[in-house]
Amino acid sequence: MSRVWRRNRHWLTPVLFLLPGLILFGSVILAASIETVWISLHDWDGIGAKTWVGLANYVELADDPQFYVSLKNNIIWLLIFMLAPPIGLALALIVNQQIRGMRILKSLFFVPLVLATVTVGVVFGWVYDPNFGLLQLLFGAFGGTAPALLSDETFVTFAVAAAGLWPQIAFCMILFLAGLNSLNDDLIAAGRVDGARGWRMLRHVVLPQLSQVGFIAIAVTVIGALRSFDMIAVMTSGGPYGSSTVLAYQMYQESIFSYRFGYGAAIATVLFVIMIVFIAWYLNGLIKAERSNA
Amino acid sequence: MYPRPIPENARIQRALYLSSVTLVVILWLLPLLAVMLTSIRSNEELMAGNYWGWPQKFSLIDNYKAVFEQTAMLRFFLNSLLITIPSVIGVLILSTLTGFVLSRYPFRGSNLIFALFVGGNFLPAQIMMIPVRDLMVRLGLYDTVYALIVFHIAFQTGFATLFMRNFIAALPGELFQAARAEGASPFQTLRHVVVPLVRPALAALAILTFTFVWNDYFWAIVLTQSDAVKPVTAGLNNLRGEWTSAWNIVSAATIFVALPPVVMFFMMQKHFVAGLTMGAVKG
Repeated sequence: MSRVWRRNRHWLTPVLFLLPGLILFGSVILAASIETVWISLHDWDGIGAKTWVGLANYVELADDPQFYVSLKNNIIWLLIFMLAPPIGLALALIVNQQIRGMRILKSLFFVPLVLATVTVGVVFGWVYDPNFGLLQLLFGAFGGTAPALLSDETFVTFAVAAAGLWPQIAFCMILFLAGLNSLNDDLIAAGRVDGARGWRMLRHVVLPQLSQVGFIAIAVTVIGALRSFDMIAVMTSGGPYGSSTVLAYQMYQESIFSYRFGYGAAIATVLFVIMIVFIAWYLNGLIKAERSNA
Repeated sequence: MYPRPIPENARIQRALYLSSVTLVVILWLLPLLAVMLTSIRSNEELMAGNYWGWPQKFSLIDNYKAVFEQTAMLRFFLNSLLITIPSVIGVLILSTLTGFVLSRYPFRGSNLIFALFVGGNFLPAQIMMIPVRDLMVRLGLYDTVYALIVFHIAFQTGFATLFMRNFIAALPGELFQAARAEGASPFQTLRHVVVPLVRPALAALAILTFTFVWNDYFWAIVLTQSDAVKPVTAGLNNLRGEWTSAWNIVSAATIFVALPPVVMFFMMQKHFVAGLTMGAVKG
């Protein structure tokens, strides 16, 4: 036994090292994601036996008005989130100065990123409160009345997504700060000699060097927008009248509240497909970037 | 440097610049400051409509005492620790092992395994919700802290493997050649070469994982039900439903929930930022 071990340990030990992580990740994360696709072909209440229904869940989904509301809201989230990279870049440019005291200000900008999304949800529930929120304070200063954003079917998704933007901007800001710190000083100096300043310098000398970080910021933001769930659960529970659901939230509702696990799995599968397209695009971009670096 | 640095000797300009940025920070954090301000107000003042004026009476201690004594927040807080700390330790151990193997023992399929770890890490949680919940029910772990610990370790291992693999791959190759020349076994290499060198990476990974797990809400509501196991995030949302008009108590509880990750962040800021950018940039 020990001889076999000694002869083979040079490859057996690495295998043993790899296995715990691989098995756990493979069985809990990857297998579960694939199993969802399988469940989506069944009618299932979550406890009893599954009944095979083929594509019936998807057919029903295609006729479900709520599905289109969720899809539309996912797109709204995506569009609003696209503000995060430019605002994050702007903030990064503002704080990228070496002045005593700037470091602590920088860290204060990052705080929203460290907060739980539940905390952000509670904080913004407070901002949007029509009686005493910050928004009302702002409107009141001009003699107006703030709209009750969270109970307004038209504005609710915009309001929730705007709240979600807060930590996302901080995330993009961190990424761009790292990018700004690795700028090529020679190119900047050359640009200055050529008389490039301000906007033109940013556009023609700085931004091209930030393209890789920018790509990552956009990709992380897209994935963040598609993942949105917590803020909706905390701030609106999908309401009023289901007007603020997204695919992730609708899926949770159908499964946990209505015990329609098969139908929920079908919604999850649609989200899965959308996500895989983005993940593939992201990984592809990264591999390209890595090759051009090497 | 871009933008062009403000010269050292332009004292007034520098001071002005710093104060304008301070103003921007205050505006940026205004929602949070408002909650902090509310958490030190008395209930009578809120009833009287003094939401924004200077507090006439400071009820900081009363409010936080009420959070500890009249709500289950302390219990939730302990639950969060019971969930988060083992998860972080588990992730650090597993990902050191996987990262070491994937960076130093090339074999056929190792890139595929690595890609699975990385890709799986970007999947939204909802995609695996139904099977994971079902699995935990069948294992008898549903509504225990173990369900959350097992899930968080599994999920975070994806990101952590990416992180550790990149870090170990960037270590000087001579060290590993020397270890091999000395006839060190893989286990000895791990113990005497890898572990001492990856400490900074482990620190960064620990703070990131801590924040991710502590802040989780989705899995908390999917995998737990009872107050005895619920973490603070789920607890806070319940509290908000129960104490609808007592905004001072809800605000105090909110600050209480936010405190650990914020404190951790300020204590280990360099590691946090380095970890986040390295994870995303090298990703």
